[in-house]
Amino acid sequence: MNVHAQNTLTEAETALIDSFAGRFSDLPGDADVTVRRDEALELLKQGLPTRRVEAWHYTDLRRLLSTIPAFKPVSEAEAVAPLLDHAVVLPVLNGTVHDREAGPEGVAIARLADKLQEGAVEAEWLTAADRFDAVGAVNAAFVSDGYWLDIEEDAELEHPLELQNIHAGGQVHARFVANFGVNSKATVVERQTGAGSAFATSMTHLDVADGAEVLWIVLQEQPDDTAYLGRFSAKLGKGAKLTLFVMNSGGKLVRQEVKVVAGGEGSEFKLRGVNLLGGEAHCDVTMVLDHTAPDTFSTETLRNVVTGKANGVFQGQIRVAQIAQKTDAKMACNTLLLSDEAGFSSKPELEIFADDVACGHGATVTDIEDEHLFYLMSRGIDEKMARGLLVKAFVAEVIEELEDQSVIEALEARLVNWFAEHG
Amino acid sequence: MLKIENLTATVGEAEEAKQIINRLTLEVPAGEVHAIMGPNGAGKSTLSYVLTGRSGYEVTGGSATLNGDDILEMEPEERAAKGMFLSFQYPVEIPGVPVMTFVRTAMNSQRKLRGEEEISAPDFIKKSREIAKQLKLDAEMLKRPVNVGFSGGEKKRLEIYQMMMLEPNFLILDETDSGLDIDALKIVADGVNALRSPDRAVMVITHYQRLLDYIVPDTVHVLYRGQVIKSGDKDLALELEKNGYTGVIDAAA
Ligand SMILES: Nc1ncnc2c1ncn2[C@@H]1O[C@H](COP(=O)(O)OP(=O)(O)OP(=O)(O)O)[C@@H](O)[C@H]1O
Ligand SMILES: [Mg+2]
Repeated sequence: MNVHAQNTLTEAETALIDSFAGRFSDLPGDADVTVRRDEALELLKQGLPTRRVEAWHYTDLRRLLSTIPAFKPVSEAEAVAPLLDHAVVLPVLNGTVHDREAGPEGVAIARLADKLQEGAVEAEWLTAADRFDAVGAVNAAFVSDGYWLDIEEDAELEHPLELQNIHAGGQVHARFVANFGVNSKATVVERQTGAGSAFATSMTHLDVADGAEVLWIVLQEQPDDTAYLGRFSAKLGKGAKLTLFVMNSGGKLVRQEVKVVAGGEGSEFKLRGVNLLGGEAHCDVTMVLDHTAPDTFSTETLRNVVTGKANGVFQGQIRVAQIAQKTDAKMACNTLLLSDEAGFSSKPELEIFADDVACGHGATVTDIEDEHLFYLMSRGIDEKMARGLLVKAFVAEVIEELEDQSVIEALEARLVNWFAEHG
Repeated sequence: MLKIENLTATVGEAEEAKQIINRLTLEVPAGEVHAIMGPNGAGKSTLSYVLTGRSGYEVTGGSATLNGDDILEMEPEERAAKGMFLSFQYPVEIPGVPVMTFVRTAMNSQRKLRGEEEISAPDFIKKSREIAKQLKLDAEMLKRPVNVGFSGGEKKRLEIYQMMMLEPNFLILDETDSGLDIDALKIVADGVNALRSPDRAVMVITHYQRLLDYIVPDTVHVLYRGQVIKSGDKDLALELEKNGYTGVIDAAA
């Protein structure tokens, strides 16, 4: 580690580090956790990553993270209506869980704060992956609460669960753990939102056991002046199936990391991403997917709509280990750029060490086609509406691939909302 | 009904603009069917795009009016609301937009532009069912995205479905017959004929006499190099089918 690399910290870096002193006494955790927090803080003192760090090349965190607000009282944040009807809502308000509901049958729900206090969290999980793991470091230093879910073997949850990380401005740092038992089946929504300018981080880890089937939906709808750093990680058992649907439609600075290990033979991972970027948003989705077992299967489809002065990034890295023969992986990233000042960078990377695999990727950046526009207009639809229909259709294609009609409708309603505000 | 006078139009951007329609004059009175024939590249499709307002097609002279209204100044959707309809030579695939959503949006937009009430959902569905049945279109197809994965003939039938749903009063059929099997040709022709009325008119662009056996034209025009070089009754189509365009072109030269 080169301590001299950055000798002066930015204002935001200083504010972040300084905010730890005042916050520390409120943070849960046993002695081990405290050690991890201190280690993470030491990393932060070396400065945030810049574009010179490969993983942050398109998102110069040090430059883009310009302000760090102070922490706010818990009582100011309120839970929001769930995406799906009948969902069991599990809110974290300004970084704290209170009034925890008893979970539905088949799920044991615990507070993350209690787990930290009891020393139930593996040290590794509170350690930044490397010097430049800013998401891991900030969250490890500051994490205050969240939920820990254990879904029983063979349980098929009748209703979806909805985890909410809600702020009222200020800083929030949450974590979620979900362990899906063998052959269990569930739909979980993760909401990242709030009101007011904030700095929010959130990390989620899933352990999907053999034969389990999970649909996990991340809805990131942060206010326009909020910085959000998130990470979703998952480990898949034999024949496990995970669909991760990520919809980013807010935030000023957003980094959503996805780290998945398809480690069980015959496991399947699907990433479906929709990025709706407007205003001056900068949104970065960075995925690292490891295929480490034979016969694993993955597809990643991203559809991005970028308007105004917004800027989007998708980095998709697929690594296929030598043992992972017969891996089938397909990645596609398609973007509609609706303004000259908007931008999108896409960086696919395949690292293949097995010889019998089928892997591919493709990326396109386009505008709406005149031919399509004219066809609609010649039937009596005005230009604005025709554009709206075409843009919506472009993203709706990804949503409509999902199986559950109620999920499709709920997500499409969010789409319509976004277009009403930004169209 | 439709009156085109000395129309001149170019295709393409600025310096590369190419004059395709060349002082063209043509009138299609209400209640009539006019066929437009002519060799490949004569400007038939171009004329249909100019009349419906496609961008990239610039009118540099002359006029075109529909029932006295200057349509060339209008946006494409306004022309549609006035009753213009083009059955495309090459219908476009629109991923993600289901046929029913599209047609209903179009119908209601047109109605709104005309200051009429929206159609109710049940009425729309009923109408759609009847027309789909008449055109032997599978109901499932109407839930699929517009033209995506449709066969050539299905695309053409879908154009006619849209036409019958929207009930325009000036119909332009650009080679709707190409790609249709014999039964489909008959079905499509029946659809067009069902719309014929004293206050509607039809412009049929075709290369083949066969369609004109079913949709019988009052007048046949030969278009060549962006101009009408000959007009005649329906026998002209028969004559062209037998002898080709050479004689007609030579006589006009
Ligand atoms: N965008 C364009 N730029 C330049 N030339 C064009 C463009 N579009 C059409 N043209 C030319 O205009 C001429 C007329 O084309 P058009 O499609 O109208 O012919 P058509 O009579 O419909 O022929 P067909 O019977 O083959 O359908 C052709 O020579 C064509 O190449
Ligand atoms: Mg043509």
